[in-house]
Amino acid sequence: MAVGNPHITTMRSPLGRVRGLGSAKSGTAHWWAQRLTALALVPLAVWFVISLLALLGQPHEAVVHWIGRPLHAVPLLALIAALFHHLQLGLQVVIEDYIHGEAVRLAVLLVMRAGVILLFLIAFVAILKMSF
Amino acid sequence: MVEFALPANSKVGEGKRHKAPGNARRVKEFRVYRWSPDDGQNPRMDTYEIDLDACGPMVLDALIKIKNEVDTTLTFRRSCREGICGSCAMNIDGTNTLACLKPIEEVKNAVRIHPLPHMPVVKDLVPDLTQAYAQLRSIEPWMQSDTPPPPDAERPQSREERARLDGMWECILCFCCTTSCPSYWWNSDRYLGPAVLLAAYRWIIDSRDEATGARLDALEDPFKLYRCHTIMNCTEACPKGLNPAKAIGKIKQLLIERQV
Repeated sequence: MAVGNPHITTMRSPLGRVRGLGSAKSGTAHWWAQRLTALALVPLAVWFVISLLALLGQPHEAVVHWIGRPLHAVPLLALIAALFHHLQLGLQVVIEDYIHGEAVRLAVLLVMRAGVILLFLIAFVAILKMSF
Repeated sequence: MVEFALPANSKVGEGKRHKAPGNARRVKEFRVYRWSPDDGQNPRMDTYEIDLDACGPMVLDALIKIKNEVDTTLTFRRSCREGICGSCAMNIDGTNTLACLKPIEEVKNAVRIHPLPHMPVVKDLVPDLTQAYAQLRSIEPWMQSDTPPPPDAERPQSREERARLDGMWECILCFCCTTSCPSYWWNSDRYLGPAVLLAAYRWIIDSRDEATGARLDALEDPFKLYRCHTIMNCTEACPKGLNPAKAIGKIKQLLIERQV
């Protein structure tokens, strides 16, 4: 840096660089969804923890039966949907914050999203399996 | 990726010590970041012992005393010495602030002084603000209105409409807030930063401006705006007591408002 010529990688004006490719005209839906899923998770998580405490000590069949009832399976499905959506939105923010370089960032985003979707589907099918 | 250690040529070493005169009774240490683009050396921390009985009350007074009486090579920006020009923004005792508004008394031990964080350094305490100024220019901080003003008169504004600009027009663009923001540190190539977003909101809510929608369009971007994670360092740092984090929150609110 101090010694010799700094390597000039661009002669583009600072304003040109700042304007870049312009606004993506998105991001609001992501931000809003992150808040809404957080809000939804408050009652769902409270309900889930209380239910788990009530189920403490119960035999395996009783728990499976409990999960299989529509009144429990539906909030459970809602819980994992909100949870995994929120997880995906949050991890996306972390990746965008810390991983630089378009190619690496895109690759990590895709792998992360695929992983979250797979985990969601596993939980989803497990609950359905106990319901039918 | 984020780098957690400084590159080898940016590692800060120990510099010179300038002793206070022997008859000094109230000595305070000033540890100042020094770097010159010309000598090929790493940055260093120089220590200046200053007799507070022969020095003004603010950190800027001490810096001026050092430059006048101890070490003329010390380089920093200053102009108005009363918190309105924004030139002497620097990191003092770990917080970005204006040297002219920071009383030496408020600092417990040695006064550590660095340039504004995460900006290229021109020399010593002088940061290169080219990027931040270009970002300000990019939000077009001037009146945009298709309706011509009344002949021979200003554009009228009610008292309430004018009051909405309070807490924003006071910004002196010292960039203490922007350079205190971790999100800006990691993504300053795309994130506009708190100072520029505060300026953007100042024009968005100006009742005389007619480009509100276009201004919101230009900000609606995962990087330009939504890198703000309400860390609040900006509000904490602002030497003028403004609240850029709140202004950014209001912009996000308006973006929701226009689609529900």
